[in-house]
Amino acid sequence: MTEREKILGRIREALQVEAPRPGQHQSHGSLRPAAGAPAAQARAWLPPVGESAADQLTAFRTNAMNLKAAVHEAANLDALAGLLRALAAEEGWKKIATHQGCLTGDACGALGLPVLQTDGGYDVHSMEQCDAAITECDALVAQTGSVLVTNRSAGGRALSVLPPHHVVLARREQLLRDLPAAFQLLRQKYGANYPSMISFITGPSRTGDIERILVLGAHGPKKLTICLV
Amino acid sequence: MSSAVDQFKEQAEILTHDLRHRAIIQTALGKYEVVRDKSRGAFLDYAAARQAAAETKWEAVNHLDTHLEELVSKLEARGTKVHWAGTGEQARGIISGILRDKKARSIIKSKAMTSEEIHLNHALEQEGYEVVESDLGEYIVQLKHEPPYHIVFPAMHLTRGDIRDLFNRELSINSSDSPEELTMVARRVMRQKYLSADVGFTGGNFAVAETGMISITENEGNARLTAALPKTMVTLLGIEKVLPRLDDLALFLPMLATSGTGQALTCYNTMYGGPRQPGESDGPEEWHVILLDNRRTELLADPEQRDSLHCIRCGACLNVCPIFRNVGGHTYGTTYSGPVGAVITPHLRGLQEWKHLSNASSLCGACTETCPVKIDLAHHLLQNRRNSVRQKASTPWKLGFRAMNFVFNRPSLYALIPKFGRLGQMLHPLVKGTRLDPAYAWTKTRETPQIAPQTFKEWWKERG
Repeated sequence: MTEREKILGRIREALQVEAPRPGQHQSHGSLRPAAGAPAAQARAWLPPVGESAADQLTAFRTNAMNLKAAVHEAANLDALAGLLRALAAEEGWKKIATHQGCLTGDACGALGLPVLQTDGGYDVHSMEQCDAAITECDALVAQTGSVLVTNRSAGGRALSVLPPHHVVLARREQLLRDLPAAFQLLRQKYGANYPSMISFITGPSRTGDIERILVLGAHGPKKLTICLV
Repeated sequence: MSSAVDQFKEQAEILTHDLRHRAIIQTALGKYEVVRDKSRGAFLDYAAARQAAAETKWEAVNHLDTHLEELVSKLEARGTKVHWAGTGEQARGIISGILRDKKARSIIKSKAMTSEEIHLNHALEQEGYEVVESDLGEYIVQLKHEPPYHIVFPAMHLTRGDIRDLFNRELSINSSDSPEELTMVARRVMRQKYLSADVGFTGGNFAVAETGMISITENEGNARLTAALPKTMVTLLGIEKVLPRLDDLALFLPMLATSGTGQALTCYNTMYGGPRQPGESDGPEEWHVILLDNRRTELLADPEQRDSLHCIRCGACLNVCPIFRNVGGHTYGTTYSGPVGAVITPHLRGLQEWKHLSNASSLCGACTETCPVKIDLAHHLLQNRRNSVRQKASTPWKLGFRAMNFVFNRPSLYALIPKFGRLGQMLHPLVKGTRLDPAYAWTKTRETPQIAPQTFKEWWKERG
C-alpha cells in the first residue's frame, strides 16, 4: 500500500463519524455541505466599496497611498511616457527591466535607457542590477489597493519583486471593485489554463519583525508606483 | 515522562517574573490589537464573514479525501510532483532524496511552520546542507539558534538592541539598532543567497482543490523570490490546508491578514499552480509538493475536536491569551504554542506528555472569541483535561475524588469541614509560605479567602 493510500484510508476512516457543524455543537446537521459556496457571497461581508468608477478610484488611491504606494494618473500614452521620464530622472535610473506589452513597449522605449526584457528568459544577475522594473498587470483592486499580476501579465515571477522599484502601468478600466471581482476576472480570463503564478501585490514589500516597526523593502521592492492611463 | 511538564513549569516561573519580557510582549501586542480591531471594523459584516469562513473550513475538512484527490490530480496535470508523507521522518526523507537527486548544496527557505514541526533545518544541517531562513524574523531566530517565539511574529520577544547585538556578533558587522538598517542588512545577505541557492523551500497557507494551486501569504517578498529564482522548488504542506474553491480565497486572504497581523490584506498573496510552464520566462524547473499528515488524521478522527483542523495559523488566539502573554512562546516547548498549540499538541505528540498545556489556561474563552474560523478552543482545552483523566487518572486524583465522594455522602462528616477548616486556617500562619505549607502551590502567589465564622446552616438555625 502506498503512503497516499494509507493517508487517504485514515482520512476516510476518520470521516465515518460526523463532526458538528460550526455553531451547532449540540445538534447534528447534515454531513453534506450546504448548496452553493458560502464564500461566493463575500461581497456582502468584506469592507464596502462604492459602485461608481469614481468611488472605486478614490478608494484605490486612498488604500494604495495608506500602504505607501504612489499613484499617478496620465491622460494618454504620451503623458505616461513623460511620467516615466520624470521618475527616471528623479531617481537616476541607469538600467530598467521590463517585458513586452501594449503599455510597457512604448513607455520604456521612450526612456532611452538600457532595457532588460524578461520574455523568453533572462539573466537574473543582470536583473538584480536594474534600478526599476516596469510591468503591466491584470487588474487593480479598489477594496485593498492591490495590484493583481500573473507571470503572464507582468513578465514572469521575479520581475515584480527583484528590482528595488516596481512601476505598474495600468489602464483605468482595469480597476476592479473588490476581491470577489478579481477572482471572477481570473476565472474568466484564465479559467481553462491558469498562469503558474498569480499574485496580489498590496503595497511595497514590508516587514514589522523588529519591534513591530514598519520597514519598507524587506526583500522585495522598496517602492511601488502605480501609473494609471 | 515529566520532562515537558517540568520544563514548562520552570520556564513559566521565570518568565512570569520577567518584567522586561512582559513589557516587550505587551508593546508588540498592543500595536497588533489596534490594527486588528481597525481591520475587523472595516468589514461590512465581520460576524457573517467569520461564520462563512468556519463553514467553508468545515466543508473542506469534512470532505478532506475528495478535496485532496482533486488538488493532487490538478497539480500533477501541470507537472508538479506530489509526495505524501505520513510522518515527519518520511517528509524529511523525501526532502533529502530530492536534494540528493538535484545534487543541491544550499537551500533558501521562506517561513513554514510545517518545517519547524518536522525539525527540518536541524536534519538538513546534520547532512551538511546550508539552510537559510529568508523571512526576517525567522532569520533572526535562526542566527540565535532558537525556535520561533510565535507562529506569525518569530522574533517578537527581541528588542532592536538585542537584534543589533546578534547581527553584529554573528555577521561581524557594525550596525546601529535602527530597524531600517537591520532590515537592510538581512536584505543584502539574502540577495546573494537567492541568486546562489539550489533549492527554494516554502510552506503554504491554503491549497485550492478546484484549480490545483497553493497560496502563500507574506509581507516581505521573500517567498515570492524563493519561488522564482532557484531551479527546484519544494513546498511542505499540512493536509488540512485545502480549500474547495478558488473564490474561497476572496474571503480567506482578508480573514488571515486581519487576524494575523491586523492588515486589510498581507503584502503578497500568491497562488502557485505549477513549475515553470512552456512559454513562461522564469520559475523553477521542478516543483515538489509534500503533503504532510504527521498525526493530523488523529485529530480528524476525533469529531469533537476536528474543527481544530480548521486552523489557518493566524496566531490570533496566541495574541489574546493571558497565559501566552505571561509565559511567552518558548515556554510551551512545542512548535505550535498558545491555545491552539495546547489543543493540538496532545493529539500530535501524546496526551499524557502534553496534557499540562491544557491545564495552563484561565478558561477565559478569549481564544474561542477571537478565532476567525470559530474553533471552540476553550472547550477543547477542557476536553483534553477530561480525556487525559479518562485515559489515565493519577493516584492522588483518584484518592481525592474517592475521599470527596465519601465525605459528601455523609452529612455529619461534611459538617465537620468548616470546623476543621477554621482550625486549620488559624494554624496556617505558622507554616504559610514555607515548604511545610500543604497549600504552598496556591499560597505562594495568592491569598486564601477567610472561611466564614458561621455556616449558612448555623446562621439559619440561630435565626430561628
